[in-house]
Amino acid sequence: MDNRKEQILRESGVNVRKCMKCGKCSGTCPSYDEMEYHPHQFVYMVENGEIDKLMASPSVFKCLTCFACVERCPRGVEPAKLIEAVRLEAVKRQGMNHLKSDQIPALLDDEMPQQAIVTAFRKYSK
Amino acid sequence: MQVKNEFRPKIVAFCCNWCSYAGADLAGTNRLQYPADVKIIRVPCSCRVNPLFILRAFQRGADGVILCGCHPGDCHYTSGNYYARRRMTLLFSMLDFLGIERERTRVEWVSAAEGAKFAATMNEFVETVTKLGENKRLEDLRCKKA
Amino acid sequence: MQRIGVFVCHCGTNIAATVDVKAVAEALKFEPGVVVSTEYQYMCSEAGQSLIKDAIRDHRLTGVVICSCSPRMHEATFRKTAAAAGLNPYMVEIANIREQVSWIHKDVAEATEKAIILGRAAIAKVHLNAPLTAGESPVTKRALVIGGGIAGIQTALDIADAGFEVDIVEKEPTIGGKMTQLDKTFPTLDCAACILTPKMVDCAQHEKVRIFSYSEVEDVKGFVGNFSVTIKKKARYVDELKCTGCGLCTEKCPQKKVPNAFNLGLDNRRAIYIPFAQAVPKVATIDADYCTMLKSGKCGVCSKVCTAGAIDYQQKDTFVEEKYGAIVVATGFNPIKLDAYEEYGYSQSKDVITSLELERLMNAAGPNGGTLLRPSDKTHPHTIVFVQCVGSRCDDGKGKSYCSKICCMYTAKHAMLIREKYPDTEVYVFYIDVRTPGKNFDEFYRRAVEEYGVHYVKGMVGKVLPEPDGTLTVRASDLIEGKQLRLSADLVVLAAAIEPDKTARPLATKLTASMDTNDFFTEAHPKLRPVESPTAGIFLSGACQGPKDIPETVSQASAAAAKVIGLLAKDKLTCNPCVAHSDEMLCNGCSSCEKVCPYGAITYSDKEFRGPNRTTLIRRVASVNEAVCQGCGACTVACPSGAMDLKGFSNSQIMAEVDAICK
Repeated sequence: MDNRKEQILRESGVNVRKCMKCGKCSGTCPSYDEMEYHPHQFVYMVENGEIDKLMASPSVFKCLTCFACVERCPRGVEPAKLIEAVRLEAVKRQGMNHLKSDQIPALLDDEMPQQAIVTAFRKYSK
Repeated sequence: MQVKNEFRPKIVAFCCNWCSYAGADLAGTNRLQYPADVKIIRVPCSCRVNPLFILRAFQRGADGVILCGCHPGDCHYTSGNYYARRRMTLLFSMLDFLGIERERTRVEWVSAAEGAKFAATMNEFVETVTKLGENKRLEDLRCKKA
Repeated sequence: MQRIGVFVCHCGTNIAATVDVKAVAEALKFEPGVVVSTEYQYMCSEAGQSLIKDAIRDHRLTGVVICSCSPRMHEATFRKTAAAAGLNPYMVEIANIREQVSWIHKDVAEATEKAIILGRAAIAKVHLNAPLTAGESPVTKRALVIGGGIAGIQTALDIADAGFEVDIVEKEPTIGGKMTQLDKTFPTLDCAACILTPKMVDCAQHEKVRIFSYSEVEDVKGFVGNFSVTIKKKARYVDELKCTGCGLCTEKCPQKKVPNAFNLGLDNRRAIYIPFAQAVPKVATIDADYCTMLKSGKCGVCSKVCTAGAIDYQQKDTFVEEKYGAIVVATGFNPIKLDAYEEYGYSQSKDVITSLELERLMNAAGPNGGTLLRPSDKTHPHTIVFVQCVGSRCDDGKGKSYCSKICCMYTAKHAMLIREKYPDTEVYVFYIDVRTPGKNFDEFYRRAVEEYGVHYVKGMVGKVLPEPDGTLTVRASDLIEGKQLRLSADLVVLAAAIEPDKTARPLATKLTASMDTNDFFTEAHPKLRPVESPTAGIFLSGACQGPKDIPETVSQASAAAAKVIGLLAKDKLTCNPCVAHSDEMLCNGCSSCEKVCPYGAITYSDKEFRGPNRTTLIRRVASVNEAVCQGCGACTVACPSGAMDLKGFSNSQIMAEVDAICK
């Protein structure tokens, strides 16, 4: 039934009930305008079990994992970890690899830090 | 004699009147559950607890004994918990010498505001003692009912 | 053999729902010595108590066991009941089957079994109880109030008006506390100084009130009715009796660059200062950290200009020892440090300020004479953003987990005052919840929105970024509209959480008064004894017990005063009869007990004893001063010969309880 919610909560280690709906995560999010669902909505929607909507939304891939929301949440909810878990779930279920290893050489240039490639690879593929 | 399926430990908790007993009351007021195996004895201060009481409890078949007092520095009688701490350190090393598992005895500081800590401590202690099983080494078999 | 009566309370359904009270009463009936065992709906009620009284008379009971709530709740009640029926009150024992059984267990069989065991332990103890008589101790008819803010002032005035002497100890050079720094007060908008300064003057002029300003409590000894307190009067390098408060020295002092603590460092003062014009006592104080004379011995200007000759560079800290019957703690609060909240840019921009700093900026006696100007460039701000819950309701380890309670209201007040004075200013308040439970509070907040047009935005500010042009970019979420806002603001005001004063924790240790994890003093009972500490003779007034606004602080201050007056009005206090007692026949005079006693209640004397063959032996034996002993029992364990025992908690009684529990 709500297995997916349980799994996301377990994988992320986030307690969504701690959220007091202050919106500081969304107030601080640098990619807010790019997202359909915003960090605070992730927390609220996972709590309500609306995982399908979240997984179908491009928002999961818009999160930069900059952890500003984690850093500033007054309740220690850690929305970024929750988004990461939803993203993993989406990648796993749909086999939606947004980045394949053979694409990487083409993407490399001198400007881009290697860390970014590693992060992107972790984030966008299974 | 009826054989019990499940081992339920007997645990004696000595609680000082000012902090830990009030902490236990707070755990009750907040409906925080801990096993019924814990029975509390109220003492005015943790320093009232004579090591002999703890030996007596083991002799009479207790499986674990826990002593709760105010946090260091917060004793209602200024210094009682320091005495308790020293005495228990000595007693525990003696129990160790006798081969009583170290985990069967414990000293814990619980303030009047720490109901949650009290319940958590008791849950954990009961679990630890349950794992250790029955305390046979110090039990006086003459006290045991046939 | 004792004749024991057992009374099991249902406590409505509090106990009866999880404990089979009938089975408990039935099981305990067959314990040795029990002659009557019964249960009743509410033992503490009038009817329940008369049931106990009747049973004591009818069955000639010598001991009573009551299975009910915690002894911390109703032990005193049932002792009185026993006494009314002619039984010694200390022949009553209580088995706690509510807090320790019914409220924490769900299984009825298990709970009932535990209740029976606790009942048995209490019966086993009562078998060994002996009638005790309480002694009496005198009451020193003077109270000490620690902290001279509005809480301390109100408590002191109320006690003094009842005819008792009161001393106020205040660590700052003047009484008045935080309220002196406020501009207006909610919800009536009357000026703080106008209502506070008359009370400060009342304190100074009241013949029963003594003020120890610039002083701290150094040490506390004794117990309820008989405290002995050492007060440290810090050296202020000015003779309080000679100084007339003319203020000439504070104008002539050449050291001009001292951050003015009263204005929260928003402007500077001199090294010799009077915090503000209405200070009580109006006496100058030299700031030893900045005074050139004290640091290098070269200056002495203040001493030259002082016509009263009050300056004394050689002054030292002095110590005063006083006796008190009761102590009131009124140590108050402080806003928290905002170091952990770098996202709001408090340390990066002068135009990000706390609400208390805004109070000073708006105050007519403040650094700008009451004109609201940006601290950075002294221009008028046109867009002001208020951020609520900065550090409040945070359990991420950086702030405080509690609600600071006063911020919603003072922010509404600030927003309203600014909109009234400067209608061209746009005011935004970012909130999580607006909490306004209080008389006329919600109406006040609604007025800010409806009449004054303050923009309340549901959402939190995530980031405040100082821009090169001096403005502040505020990034926040608007949860209702569902967008992220980017505002350009001129001034950002942070509603910082409040925390107990830093001096409270060491003071609590001196008083042996308990505190919670946030360093607020705990009350004896959260509902029924809110102004008393669990430590007898210590009372709580104001924000040291929890966040409070002024009306609440004043009511609690008066409540604490009423409790103190009730205590001081007594000539004698009944002592705790559960004190240590030494059996002289067993005592070997080793002094072990004397060394561990924290009260010095044990003394040794040579006594004559009858020896063998009609000889007389002189032996050194311990005796306990029952008026001084507090009954902790440290000595009973230290005694190697088992001579020392504690009445009411004797070795044999505790052993009997252990045996009953382990049976």
